[in-house]
Amino acid sequence: MNMPPILSIMIFLPLICAAMVALVRGEKGEEEIVEKNIKHLSLFGSLFTLAFGLFMYQNFDPKASGFQFEEQYTWFQSAGISYHLGIDGISVFFILLSVFLTPICILASWNSVKTRIKEYMIAFLVLESFMIGTFAALDSILFYVFFEGVLIPMFLIIGIWGGKNRVYASYKFFLYTLLGSVLMLLALLMLYVQTGTTDIPTLIENPVGFEMQKWIWLAFFASFAVKMPMWPVHTWLPDAHVEAPTAGSVILAGVLLKMGGYGFLRFSVPMLPEASIYYAEFVMWFSVIAIIYTSLVALVQEDMKKLIAYSSVAHMGFVTLGIFSFTQQGLEGAVFQMISHGVISAALFLCVGVVYDRLHTREIGRYGGLVKNMPVYAMFFMIFTLGSVGLPGTSGFVGEFLSLLGTFQANTVIAAFATTGIVLGAAYMLVLYRRVIFGPQDNQDAAEMKDLTLMEKSIFIPLAILVFYLGVFPNVVLSRVSPAVTEIVSMYEAIEAAPEQAYYFGPENINIEEEEGE
Amino acid sequence: MGDLNIMLILPEIFLALTGMGFLMLGVFQGNRSTDVICWSACASFVIAAVLLMEGDWSTQYILNDMLVMDQFAGVMKLLILLGLIASLALSVQYLYQERIARFEYPVLVVFAGIGMMLMVSANNFLSLYMALELQSLALYVLAAFHRNSLRSGEAATKYFILGALSSGMLLFGISLIYGFVGSVDFITVQNTLANLPMIPPGVVVGMVFVLVAMAFKISAVPFHMWTPDVYEGAPTCVTAFFAIVPKIAALGLLMRLLFGPFAPAADQWMQILYFMSIASLVVGSFAAIAQDNIKRLFAYSSIGNMGYALIGIVAGTSQGVGAVIVFLFIYLAMTAGSFSIILFMRRNGIAVEKISDLSGFAKNNPVLAYSMAVLMFSMSGIPPLAGFFGKLFIFQAAIESELYVLATLGILASVVAAYYYLRIIKVMFFDDAADPFDEGMNFGKRVVLLVSMSLVFGFIFYPNTILDGAMIAATSLF
Repeated sequence: MNMPPILSIMIFLPLICAAMVALVRGEKGEEEIVEKNIKHLSLFGSLFTLAFGLFMYQNFDPKASGFQFEEQYTWFQSAGISYHLGIDGISVFFILLSVFLTPICILASWNSVKTRIKEYMIAFLVLESFMIGTFAALDSILFYVFFEGVLIPMFLIIGIWGGKNRVYASYKFFLYTLLGSVLMLLALLMLYVQTGTTDIPTLIENPVGFEMQKWIWLAFFASFAVKMPMWPVHTWLPDAHVEAPTAGSVILAGVLLKMGGYGFLRFSVPMLPEASIYYAEFVMWFSVIAIIYTSLVALVQEDMKKLIAYSSVAHMGFVTLGIFSFTQQGLEGAVFQMISHGVISAALFLCVGVVYDRLHTREIGRYGGLVKNMPVYAMFFMIFTLGSVGLPGTSGFVGEFLSLLGTFQANTVIAAFATTGIVLGAAYMLVLYRRVIFGPQDNQDAAEMKDLTLMEKSIFIPLAILVFYLGVFPNVVLSRVSPAVTEIVSMYEAIEAAPEQAYYFGPENINIEEEEGE
Repeated sequence: MGDLNIMLILPEIFLALTGMGFLMLGVFQGNRSTDVICWSACASFVIAAVLLMEGDWSTQYILNDMLVMDQFAGVMKLLILLGLIASLALSVQYLYQERIARFEYPVLVVFAGIGMMLMVSANNFLSLYMALELQSLALYVLAAFHRNSLRSGEAATKYFILGALSSGMLLFGISLIYGFVGSVDFITVQNTLANLPMIPPGVVVGMVFVLVAMAFKISAVPFHMWTPDVYEGAPTCVTAFFAIVPKIAALGLLMRLLFGPFAPAADQWMQILYFMSIASLVVGSFAAIAQDNIKRLFAYSSIGNMGYALIGIVAGTSQGVGAVIVFLFIYLAMTAGSFSIILFMRRNGIAVEKISDLSGFAKNNPVLAYSMAVLMFSMSGIPPLAGFFGKLFIFQAAIESELYVLATLGILASVVAAYYYLRIIKVMFFDDAADPFDEGMNFGKRVVLLVSMSLVFGFIFYPNTILDGAMIAATSLF
């Protein structure tokens, strides 16, 4: 097949566009024109990337189970590290999510970002390029380069355009994730030294010994659990979300968190199967704690963004549950849940951004009765709230249902606990909705806010369509995810069938909690 | 053997001749000629580099085995010349701004350069000592170059006293080794030690003294105390010079010693370097957090970076040495770039050096601020910038040699180090604006910054030439 190197094009197009944005200049007094040009240029750049993304999706063979659109060039000759790209049914949707959310972010910042627009747009375009690279990389060092490179633009986005406490939040975000990631780097090097390759497909085919797997798994876990984020290393997320500008939160919740889940699916689970089984129960209990604990914390939040941030942690709990159930439904559900959460949480942060732009507060108590003066907003907010709650017919339902189904097959008790998370989820989201949208209009300024502008509507409409579309036709995603997941599941069934290799969560594992402390 | 092979040190000879020529020119022309001499010294470094590239890099001995020329020496000399060009190009404007533009400056840099180039070529403890002293004496004078400034004088005195102490230790160590082995020739020492059933204790003591002297030169903890004070007190252009070039030369010499005459005693020196590496990493990263002077911060940063280089040496393989060479190359590029900005920090004609003075830099001068931010991200080892790859190969070598504890500590130290590098970015971008710096960045600084930035960004796209060169150089040591 003679295809253009579409993944490389998608990675470098935003970078080229960012370079062009950097070169836009104007005379004194022409600042407005310059700003306009910058905005248009970045929007078109990201839309072009989106077009390439759709083209890639069109040409994606849903039945094939291996990697597609592969590209491989020598990179570090002496070390045998190559520039290897490729996607399978899992990564294709994460790339689509990234290219879909970036233009939305640029549109969402159209009027709300007033300072240093040039740098802002460059940061987002670079971020887009790195995100696509993370999901497309098939070489572990290349993956790490993109995975870690994301920190630079995100640090600047939170730190420069963030809220009052932005310095603290950006530091916390950066150092927390860096600490986890560097341990993963050591694990990648360990794998490289053990197997002599950094090629992900080769690494998947040649697992290392069990004792080594356990250590490497823990190092990977340190990175991905922070990125997910899992309880108890989630505390950077609420801070980062609260301080980040709206578009920053959208990308953070929409894509960056998924890198953790994607990492589990691409590294921990297929490369370290025995260790994953060994630690599965431990991860599942942590996920359940995350679901219940963060849902309860979300219930008492007074800050809208913080509430949604905690809800993200809870929703990510379902993802890890699904992944570590090692069942077809669980894994498919995990991927679906990540995609659906990417759309819904992005939309919810945009909803917060809409009212924040008008009133400059995120305090829930300052709003109320918005349904009277902002009916269209109330409708969109309702769609996304219900999606987040997991109402059948929305995308949220499919993901939660499938991952719980998978969990139920693996461990009934855990599934029972996790299900309470759905009830709690409904509780905090509906409380948020009631307090903001219904009730008396106590605050004059909130009552005078104008309804959505055309621009805002045009941002919300595609998101709302996606929520319903994915909810009604989940097969669009599931059928493509399925071949990749089947491979993983059959691998695990083979391991579990061999009795001498069945590992249990034994008492010798008690010290794991201490390892977690870092 | 027995040949003079004098053509192999042609670059050094050329530099010595031009250095004396510059001295004569300076004597007759006075300080008017300072900038001419500076730029011609840069040009002579370039010519020396060309002569070096044209020369024969296969392993050969010079001046009756006093010196050696091999791939390793070739690559290290090239790095030293690059560092010399960069630091001299950075200095010119600063010398004039501080009114210390005397013609001795470039001449001293040339002589220090010759000393450093001979250091990495040394094949005999005596030539080692001669080369080391040639560069050290030039460096002491450079540290005191701002002779009206108390701080500069203090820095030079400290540097001189500790440097003299370390030279004394070096000589004492050499005499012990000579006493027990009966030779000061590297190859003879190595062969004699390799054929002994165990290393004589006297040789071990001598080796420890030599290593201590080397540790002074690369400012590895616990022999680092002079570094922050000298970096702070010396004129900033000299600080830039200190941070870049002597480190490369001293590390080159250290590697030649460890994998040459001391190779049979690897078990003994491994422990010493292991400890120094950890100590440098910890002190370098934690002590830097408390600094508010940017020159002191870079002093601790260079201590920490030497810790990483030592990890590669402790790995004890050609992989490790190759990684150290790549690391040094990238370190050179990043440090030169950073100092081009530090030297730019002046308000109302006075050099400022507090970190807080950088506040609002992003508003007043976005291009330079972003360059600095990129350099800082690179220094903290964030991909896709070059600094990441420097560390990557070091850790790879460490893990290949099963130094898991050292690798883990090193990588955790890099997270701590990220904190203080981020602080510079935070001050530039997140803090409220202070007054802008004086305008006017001269040609030299611009070029250095541009080259440094293109290396930091470009390494990821075109790494193979550098990596292969470093690996070939490393293999020639073993």
